[in-house]
Amino acid sequence: MNTLIAITGLGVLCLLFEILNFRKAIVPITIIGLLAILGLTVSEFNLPESYYNNMIVVSKFSTVFSSLFIVLTILLVALAHDFYEDHPTKISDFIAIKVFMLAGAVAMVSFGNLAMFFLGIEILSISLYVLAASNRMNLKSNEAGMKYFLMGSFASGIILFGICLIYGAMGSFDIAEISDWSRSAELPIWFPIGISLVTIGMLFKIAAVPFHFWAPDVYEGSPALTTATMSTLVKVVAMATLYKLLSAMNIDTNEYISTAFINIIVVLSIASMTVGNIMALKQTNVKRMLAFSGISHAGFMLMALLSISTSAGSLLYYASAYSLSGIAAFAVILYVCKNKDNENIENFNGLGKNNPLMAAVLTAALLSMAGIPIFAGFFAKMVLFNQTIEAGHLVVVIAAVINSIISVGYYFKLILAMYSKEPNEAVAKTPFVFYAVAVVSILLNIVLGLFPSAVLDLLG
Amino acid sequence: MDVTHILIILLVGALATYFSGDKWAPKVALLFGLAAFAGSICLLSQYNLANEINYVTLWIAKPKIYFALHADGLALAMLLLTTALTPIIIFSSFGNTYKNSKAFYALILFMTFAMAGTFLASDGILYYIFWELSLIPIYFIALIWGNGDAEERKKAVVKFFIYTLAGSLFMLVAFIYLYQKTGSFLIRELSQTDLSATEQFWIFLAFFLAYAIKIPLIPFHTWQAEVYQKAPTVGTMLLSGIMLKMGLYSVIRWQLPIAPMAAKEFMYVFIGLGIAGVIYGSIVALRQKDLKKLLAYSSLAHVGLIAAGAYTLTLDGLRGAVLQMIAHGFVVVGLFFVAEIIFRRYETRAIAEMGGIRAQSPKFTSMFMILVLASVALPSTFNFIGEFTVLYSLSQVNIWYAILGGTTIILGAYYMLKMFQHVMLGETNARIFADVTFNEGLTLVIIIAVLFFFGLYPKPIIDLITPSLENILTQVNRFN
Repeated sequence: MNTLIAITGLGVLCLLFEILNFRKAIVPITIIGLLAILGLTVSEFNLPESYYNNMIVVSKFSTVFSSLFIVLTILLVALAHDFYEDHPTKISDFIAIKVFMLAGAVAMVSFGNLAMFFLGIEILSISLYVLAASNRMNLKSNEAGMKYFLMGSFASGIILFGICLIYGAMGSFDIAEISDWSRSAELPIWFPIGISLVTIGMLFKIAAVPFHFWAPDVYEGSPALTTATMSTLVKVVAMATLYKLLSAMNIDTNEYISTAFINIIVVLSIASMTVGNIMALKQTNVKRMLAFSGISHAGFMLMALLSISTSAGSLLYYASAYSLSGIAAFAVILYVCKNKDNENIENFNGLGKNNPLMAAVLTAALLSMAGIPIFAGFFAKMVLFNQTIEAGHLVVVIAAVINSIISVGYYFKLILAMYSKEPNEAVAKTPFVFYAVAVVSILLNIVLGLFPSAVLDLLG
Repeated sequence: MDVTHILIILLVGALATYFSGDKWAPKVALLFGLAAFAGSICLLSQYNLANEINYVTLWIAKPKIYFALHADGLALAMLLLTTALTPIIIFSSFGNTYKNSKAFYALILFMTFAMAGTFLASDGILYYIFWELSLIPIYFIALIWGNGDAEERKKAVVKFFIYTLAGSLFMLVAFIYLYQKTGSFLIRELSQTDLSATEQFWIFLAFFLAYAIKIPLIPFHTWQAEVYQKAPTVGTMLLSGIMLKMGLYSVIRWQLPIAPMAAKEFMYVFIGLGIAGVIYGSIVALRQKDLKKLLAYSSLAHVGLIAAGAYTLTLDGLRGAVLQMIAHGFVVVGLFFVAEIIFRRYETRAIAEMGGIRAQSPKFTSMFMILVLASVALPSTFNFIGEFTVLYSLSQVNIWYAILGGTTIILGAYYMLKMFQHVMLGETNARIFADVTFNEGLTLVIIIAVLFFFGLYPKPIIDLITPSLENILTQVNRFN
């Protein structure tokens, strides 16, 4: 709860800086503020508590995921200063929106009431609509914002409908009460329908097949930093929320719905991985490629729902590994495609010669996403595979393995371009923060790979 | 000397090489390679004093993964092969200059680190990590410093990477499945499990995919010749001298003890695949016009025979396979180095453009001749001992295997001598062939000395590996 208040306060502060004309200091101050909030959140790790009639419930799950979101936001905010160089007057707005978005994300993982859950989603989504369209002189960005808004609000509507049906079935918005009642054998038909609708809405936000159609266009059209936010932070926020929601609904133990539910997740997970990977193979735009790769990663993360009672730790690990390598990759992409009008693969030609460090970071990030040891991505996949086989879904694991092989195909396209092609033009000067963010996030990723227990055991 | 020290030396060596700058990198790399070799010798002496060479510490609590290294005689033999060949390979490259050589030599040491780890690891996941890790350096070595057309090279290298990764991922699934059954990734536990015949079959198959691609066995060999040809000679040496031994070693260390029933039931299929590789490799080698490709196919034939020996599941077969692995490691590095020596002078690998070197460089000719003869298993060379032990074990299973497998020697002698004739003999070449330099000569002499020494006195290696192989055989026979 303190986290949420502090974040919102920081967001308001960002807006005030605009009035006080402190634009230069805004990024450092926000980062310092977020670091302080991170400390505050971590200190609440072992102090579960609920606030305002269970509206907000602080638990291990919520503090750990909130900490992850705050770390990701710090990295994303750090990138903002140079990214918004062209519109210095708006920087406070952009930063404030990002901070508010974080507030939405934190609300989403610490809700204790479906109303709070919906509020969180809306705070997050509305901030994102703005960010997607933030390059308002660019037609593509406008289109992306519009598309995202239409699709997103549609999904929100479906979620709201689902919440209403759950309320109709259970007579309460309170998660703890719903959780208790959902254990009983006799449930009104509205309950599973409601859950399905909420799940569908969340799958929209996660961009899992078959609700993924908006993702590539929106990712490509949005400003690159917004794409980075959407494909890393927002994806893991939505995934963690869906996980929390479904585990609270006892989706796995209720015989009445679990079989059908498991079958659906199996199908969606395999479909997401496969469609995402196969579409990614053909892309020439790196942002689009990462969008499709993100769809396939959503499929991997859905595997965590197959053993929902035990997989919180592995979902957290996968989410951290994926989002850290994603941010590292995007830091390099931002650097390479600065002052370019597109993000095509040719822009990366010869990066290995021009800027060996950035090329190495991008290579490491892609290897992590492909699941090559010693990067965290490998352990993330391994732990997930382990749990899924334990739950008896060998087929999903085999599909996932085949998909891992396919994914190497397009990740290596980028690596090949960096190391085996000649550079097109002279080296551009790199702002320091791009280096810093790229190196920090890839180092975090490698540390996670060397000491997986540090994260895996947090949630038991 | 702790067993982890070897790995630390190699890893620190890789970093030190990178930071020592382009000028000093080769020397620093050589130094650390030699240090690792000295370390392995220390381990060997400890092992001979009957000390247990073991290192176990819990790495990840859930799932239970240990950082577990264990060196028995077999692992030590492979470790010695790795650490002995690495300095030789590094030294052999002193005649070349590489762009960005600090990265090049650092990658070589890093790859040695990963390969040494593969041989030492006794926890399935740790082993898998080292196994995969060794793939990344060779990928970049072949991609960046390789030769030939960039587009074709790219295709060959990516194919290689995807093939090997595909194979090993199924091995990972097999390991996870085994973990569900036994609650452990340690080979000690895994080689005691009793799985049903069906489970063993699938696990055997998953392992087989990984190893058959790495070794490579027919029909998974298609990546090999291209990559050997396109990679820089150092990369080819690392691949053929050490890396493909990882596959053969893993068959003996992991695949046979974990799924022995399947191994017994389908023994004939796998011996057959190995022998098919022998015949196919030899016949294709006959027709090669490129020296490196010829050596690649000859290597395919030899490893086919080694694999067939291992799959006989007899002590002789396993012993012959390990001996031949070591012998082949040295001889193949020597032969690829010869190809490189010729390339340095004639800038070509096409056999047709060579010829008439003998008169210009008799010393080089005789050394090359010895290597060719060793490669075709002339008695008194190390290869003779390995190859004949394998053939003997094959004849125990079925005489026809031995006869068909024996074609490696006949066909091998034919294409190797024919190659030698075209490359070295004939009218004196118009182009000047400078005599071998001291460094080149020294490298070849070391390799030849090793081949002769163990050819005449193989007892130390046989004594080293036999107890561990007997141990493995008892595990293999636990279902009888």
